[in-house]
Amino acid sequence: MRLLLIFLAMGLVTYGPRALPLLILAEKRLPPSLLRFFEGFPVAVLAAFAAPLILLPEGRFDLGLGNLGLVAAVPSALVALRTHSLIATVVVGSVLMMVLRAL
Amino acid sequence: MSDAGAAPGLARGAREALPIVLGYVPIGFAYGVLGRTAGIPVWAIAAMSVIVYAGSAQFIAVSLLDQGASAAALVATTFMVNLRHLLYSSAIVHRLAPLGRGRLAWLAAELTDESFVMASRAAPRYPDGLPFAVMAGLNGTAQLSWVAGSFLGAAAGSLVGDPLRFGLDYALVAMFLGLLALQMHGRREVVVALAAAAVSLVFHRFGMATAGVIVATLAASAVGLVFKGSQADRAMEGAAGEPAAGVAAGARGGLGAGGGGGDS
Repeated sequence: MRLLLIFLAMGLVTYGPRALPLLILAEKRLPPSLLRFFEGFPVAVLAAFAAPLILLPEGRFDLGLGNLGLVAAVPSALVALRTHSLIATVVVGSVLMMVLRAL
Repeated sequence: MSDAGAAPGLARGAREALPIVLGYVPIGFAYGVLGRTAGIPVWAIAAMSVIVYAGSAQFIAVSLLDQGASAAALVATTFMVNLRHLLYSSAIVHRLAPLGRGRLAWLAAELTDESFVMASRAAPRYPDGLPFAVMAGLNGTAQLSWVAGSFLGAAAGSLVGDPLRFGLDYALVAMFLGLLALQMHGRREVVVALAAAAVSLVFHRFGMATAGVIVATLAASAVGLVFKGSQADRAMEGAAGEPAAGVAAGARGGLGAGGGGGDS
């Protein structure tokens, strides 16, 4: 019961930032420069998440061949560019990582 | 509003979510296993995925519960970690078809890093804005896969051992990477990606990963304003020339400069 109440509170503080801008900006006409600023978000968010995951595997920079995430990243990116299929990319990346870790 | 048109929209949305599903099921599974390891009951592990539905915050919550942290610490940490959704919520509004507040409030509940990126990516295909049914299909499928993965992981529990040893955690990394590679339409996208990677790496290095994502997104998007023209315009220009070469160069640049950021 205590857990459920904690989760509800966590859900509430998560929902606020998810909903407020949507509800406030819904019928507003936004300036074009702001929309162009927003256009950068998807790429920026992805790069901001991916870079540390790949380049800071143990919290420290590792650009060597011992960094399996970095080694698997190169063929994964190539698969994405060649096939344009995210599903193929995810499958190849995960299987490759599994194999590399098993070696 | 014809409900007759809703079913194909839902199905289209669900299809948009498939790459997310491939990432969420394994990561949700890992979260479930870790939850059991921390002694959290199966129902609570699944309940958190239903109620909170925020991957990184849930992993942090598991480790906090394991350490016996207070309720206040759990809620405050969750709030900080999930503040970045303000950015997605602001940036997705004008991509949606005109919707009533009730439907917007519904869609907001399932807004995540991945659903934001996939919706933004699908948006140019809907000149009148993303329809509610497509968004509901995308969001619902994504959360369903997260809840299912969490439950399966919790049910499998300690039978599995360390869930990360199989490469499960790499599914999401590969998805981020694939999405990133596919969006390198021109110089602006490459520069924005490099700037975001560099800022995020520096913040991460100093233990401020959460703030890093927010600052990196804002700073890199501001840098992107230097470049003229919309993404769609330049995608058209690229189509006339040699798009594949530009895309490949972008991806190589992305990896290279991420490393460069690391050296500084």
